Amino acid sequence: MSAVEGLSVTVRQAAPIPLDATFSCAPGEVLALVGPSGSGKSTILRSIAGAYRPQRGTIAVNGETWMCSEDSVHLPAHRRAVGMVFQSYALFPHMTSLGNVMAAMALSPPRERTSLARGLLELLHLSGLEDRRPAELSGGQQQRVAVARALARQPEVLLLDEPFSAVDKSTRQRLYREIAQLRRALNMPVVLVTHDLDEAIMLADRMAVLHRGRILQTGTPEAVTMKPVSAEVARLLDLRNVFDGTVTGHLPERDRTVIEWAGMMLETAGRSEVAVGSRVSWVIPDSFVVLHRRGRRSRGERENPVPGTMETVLAIGQTAQIALRPQHAPQQPIHFSVPLHVVRRNGIAPGVEAAVSLLAVGIHLMPPATEREGI
Amino acid sequence: MDWTALWLSLRLAAFTILLLFPIGIVLGRFLAYRHFTGKGVTEALVALPLVLPPTVFGYYLLVAFGAASPIGRFWQALFGHQLVFTFEGLLVASIIFNLPFAIQPMQRGFEVIAPEIREAAACCGMSPWRALLKVELPLAWPGMLTAMVLSFAHTLGEFGIVLMVGGSIPGETRTIAIAIYDRVQAFDNAAAGQMSALLLAISLAVISLTFAFSRRVGRRLG
Repeated sequence: MSAVEGLSVTVRQAAPIPLDATFSCAPGEVLALVGPSGSGKSTILRSIAGAYRPQRGTIAVNGETWMCSEDSVHLPAHRRAVGMVFQSYALFPHMTSLGNVMAAMALSPPRERTSLARGLLELLHLSGLEDRRPAELSGGQQQRVAVARALARQPEVLLLDEPFSAVDKSTRQRLYREIAQLRRALNMPVVLVTHDLDEAIMLADRMAVLHRGRILQTGTPEAVTMKPVSAEVARLLDLRNVFDGTVTGHLPERDRTVIEWAGMMLETAGRSEVAVGSRVSWVIPDSFVVLHRRGRRSRGERENPVPGTMETVLAIGQTAQIALRPQHAPQQPIHFSVPLHVVRRNGIAPGVEAAVSLLAVGIHLMPPATEREGI
Repeated sequence: MDWTALWLSLRLAAFTILLLFPIGIVLGRFLAYRHFTGKGVTEALVALPLVLPPTVFGYYLLVAFGAASPIGRFWQALFGHQLVFTFEGLLVASIIFNLPFAIQPMQRGFEVIAPEIREAAACCGMSPWRALLKVELPLAWPGMLTAMVLSFAHTLGEFGIVLMVGGSIPGETRTIAIAIYDRVQAFDNAAAGQMSALLLAISLAVISLTFAFSRRVGRRLG
């Protein structure tokens, strides 16, 4: 293995848990493994840590091989310099916060351990809680002790296994900010496992979408959510506006492609490589759906106008989640969100007639969803 | 009051738990964490002394340890005396018949430790030995303690197997339980009563201490 900086992983096996994933993560980079439960993301993380042994693959960190099935190399977990934050935190219940952090410091000189551990607890805003046991800490505090313990080992890779799933929403927001700050100070690869897309978008530089142990797409959160490679990825990412259509023509002078969707013609971003007559799936992110102001027409409304009936209006905080049933295809609602004041000003309510524009640049074409995926 | 018999019983119980402790850790931990074919049979074998009548169990041990058996001959060749009707023979028998009392609580003790906790220990850089000492044993401690107390108390009270394998040689194999039986046979009810009361007091004290300690540990680990 060449002396590559960062983490590189290839894991493959057919059973008992199918795995087929190759990825790398550079120092200072946060890579999110995103997928539904059972997609193998935790198993991949445990493979990196050495707690799970996949049948085939290679795992190397900063040029050092931790696992290589061809050469029968399998470094035991305790000899891999990983910092792991477990979903349940897995703090040692019989030790204090300080004890938990110091338990990971076998490599540090004994005299320095206490001060190093106190320093880490301070870094994670846990000063004053050194002598508390995990049972005496809140969820957020336990999570921070787990992060401090993971860093105490002076790891070469930081692994986070759904670390925010067990804390309440406000604590989670605070922890996101702390982790985001912390990662700047740590120049190591960080692999984050999560099923929460928002979490991945907020924290990750790149994300890999996993399904049944296989990586379907890797890219920046923006690229993956705007341009999923398949309807399957779009569904895994919980993108709601995924529909089927047929390409009817191209408008090269305006860099547009025209598709037919349930009888309606829509212009999309130019995709001249897709043959006319091809069946496609298409997706439009919420942010490219523009609500028309009622009773006042404007120029932008000529772009892919879709009239319909408001079905649900759900206020979440200062935002309203809206579903619109198009007149021509009531069974295929379009989802989008607008600020709550827009809802009030426009008198939007369930049952009200309204129209939206689907901005052409936001419409992304994908290979058609197969029968199997539809199930 | 047969002080020699009491001392012998205490010595036998002490040596038993001393030797059973490491055996229990190895076997209990193995049964808790490993999955292998024949695990059910192994667990059944370990539990066998719980259900087998002591005289039956004692009979088999007597045959297995006897001068005609390979084990008996091996022992004779090694130490120049036979294994049955000696303190050592009694000790070996005691370890075997206490296996379920020691291993089962230890196994449960190890089983309650979440797999993530053990993975976390490895991810903290702890070698398996260090993880055992720093994480597993402290967390499985209530199980260890229960195992040792049960084995100790059970050794003090065991009668049938001791009689079969050891007989009743004063200072060598006559435990307090045998001594009580002897005294009753000799219509010495006063001595039998004293010894029984003493055994009752010891058992009660030990078991109370364990309960109190377990509760304290339970609170600590919350």
